[in-house]
Amino acid sequence: MLKILVCISHVPDTTTKIKFEADGSALDRTGVTFVINPYCEYGLSRAIGLREEGKQVSITALCVGGPEVEPTLRKALAIGADDAVRIDAPANDSAFVARQIAAYAKGKEFDLIFTGKESIDFNGSIVPGMVAELMDFAFISFATHMEMKGDNSATFHREIDGGMEVLDATFPVVVSCQKGISEWRIPNMRGIMAARKKPLAKVSPAEVREYVDPVKLTYPPARGNTQYFEPEDAQGLVGTLIDKGLI
Amino acid sequence: METKTQATHTYTAPDYYGLDELLSDEHKIIRDSVRAWINEHIIPYINDWAQNNQCPKHLIPGMGEMGLFGPSLPEEYGCPGLDEMAYGLIMQEIERADSGIRSMCSVQGSLVMYPIYKYGSEAQKQKYLPKLATGELMGCFGLTEPDHGSNPGGMTTHFTDEGDHYLLNGAKTWISNSPFADIAVVWAKNEEGRIHGLIVERGMDGFSTPKIENKWSLRASDTGELVFEDVKVPKENLLPGISGLRGPLGCLDKARYGIAWGAIGAAMDCYSTALRYAKEREQFGQPIAGFQLQQKKLAEMLTEITKMQLLTWRLGTLMNEGRATTAQISLAKRNNVATALEIAREARQVLGGMGITGDYPIMRHMMNLESVITYEGTHDIHLLITGYDITGISAFRGSK
Repeated sequence: MLKILVCISHVPDTTTKIKFEADGSALDRTGVTFVINPYCEYGLSRAIGLREEGKQVSITALCVGGPEVEPTLRKALAIGADDAVRIDAPANDSAFVARQIAAYAKGKEFDLIFTGKESIDFNGSIVPGMVAELMDFAFISFATHMEMKGDNSATFHREIDGGMEVLDATFPVVVSCQKGISEWRIPNMRGIMAARKKPLAKVSPAEVREYVDPVKLTYPPARGNTQYFEPEDAQGLVGTLIDKGLI
Repeated sequence: METKTQATHTYTAPDYYGLDELLSDEHKIIRDSVRAWINEHIIPYINDWAQNNQCPKHLIPGMGEMGLFGPSLPEEYGCPGLDEMAYGLIMQEIERADSGIRSMCSVQGSLVMYPIYKYGSEAQKQKYLPKLATGELMGCFGLTEPDHGSNPGGMTTHFTDEGDHYLLNGAKTWISNSPFADIAVVWAKNEEGRIHGLIVERGMDGFSTPKIENKWSLRASDTGELVFEDVKVPKENLLPGISGLRGPLGCLDKARYGIAWGAIGAAMDCYSTALRYAKEREQFGQPIAGFQLQQKKLAEMLTEITKMQLLTWRLGTLMNEGRATTAQISLAKRNNVATALEIAREARQVLGGMGITGDYPIMRHMMNLESVITYEGTHDIHLLITGYDITGISAFRGSK
């Protein structure tokens, strides 16, 4: 039996128009739809793929967050996780989140911990490496492919500049997932109903200090006026640049 | 060869009154999952299927796998066991893609599976429902006849008791799914003139299902006739749990409820398309969305969509509580389909000439809705159902 932990981030949908609270202290959540972080969903989908390949697996989905993340975990259960765990604390700080995941996972003999390569809200890409370190597991980052090799190891592909790296790793291992490792799955109606009956446990957070204190969120500077020139109008372009004293 | 149309990929469902807050988290997962499935499997291809008058039967196993057939029937028969609100949301999402494909699902779930579940014997349920849920078997529903549309009680299709079987004769028409259906739930009169439901299987001698060609509407859905010439129907195929017109009308309540939701899907797609186009299309040096007459169209569309959404949400709540009446369902079906059709026409005008092309979904929705406003109780008959309900006087038969 392969014991798999899939770490799930609860993030705004990719089409969300981001707004902040008036004082810039936090995201304005009004009208924002939250989803499973797409890269985490690759991990979940790869875990379910292992079951479909005939491996005996148990899949636990975990998210650090308040009650608002439960629909996201429920969706993970609908897609095919066996049980879910919510660490009841806000996920503001990567080190804090990594330590919560590690505190939960320690002693539970997970063979595989899947994460996304990054979450699409803050794009830190830090948590998976930290979890591997805290667990003293092997770490495969940005994995685009995973294939079992026997019962206790796997071959992974990673994208690297100008090529691909192929690695073998013996479990336990933390895998941060990149596009390619699996395809997203749409839960079906029976899966959604089955998710009702699957356990979703609330776990108190471990005693971990918060390492950073978010101060303020600001928008990027507004894009300036853009002037277009026809391809044959090099003269106009150069003239404008001279007029503006730029060349 | 199929080509993908990109026009609706940026679909945004309007939710002006925050109706999402009235839905459970599970409802939202259901709706969003169906929307994602539709976006992947139907939206890119539907224009070609409709233009080519091709029913995408290859989708049936996937629809069964998704749980789109009979979603509110119980798990013991292989169905998802969702509530009526979920069923409505599923119909809304499918019709956002196409009324013809929604019709295929409505017929299978509400008009074939539901009567077998509600009025069938345990053996019938065990035999048919699990296979209908997966799409391994497809069904159709035979009520309307060439000479009896709004007046189904006048039907002439009939059967006689021949001892060890029934002998069925007659014809039904305007039957969605009939050309490929494996089974038909057929309503026919016995020797005493009492209406009963019979399950007729493809392959029975004397049973044929000619296709109706030349439709300008629901072109991605197959429609046909059911013809019975001395068809021997085994006695165990009679639905034992109902007799009289209540049987088929009970099924129609379920289907009409789904249509009320479906029409919102078509309307939302038209509105979303028109809004996007109006913001992008420039005339007189500015987007046409900035002109008052276009804003009037868009604002009125959104107003009507919001009213439809609230109407069906309330109706869904009543359905879940088992309190929705036939007359309430009629009101919703009539209002929402007529409103969706009006929205399709207004949206088509926003797009000008582009609105008549298959690059955008609007004209297809408009043509589809011309069927939807007529089938499952015409626009006028539903008005008379409401009229009867509020006055206590039936106007169906006129003054004669």
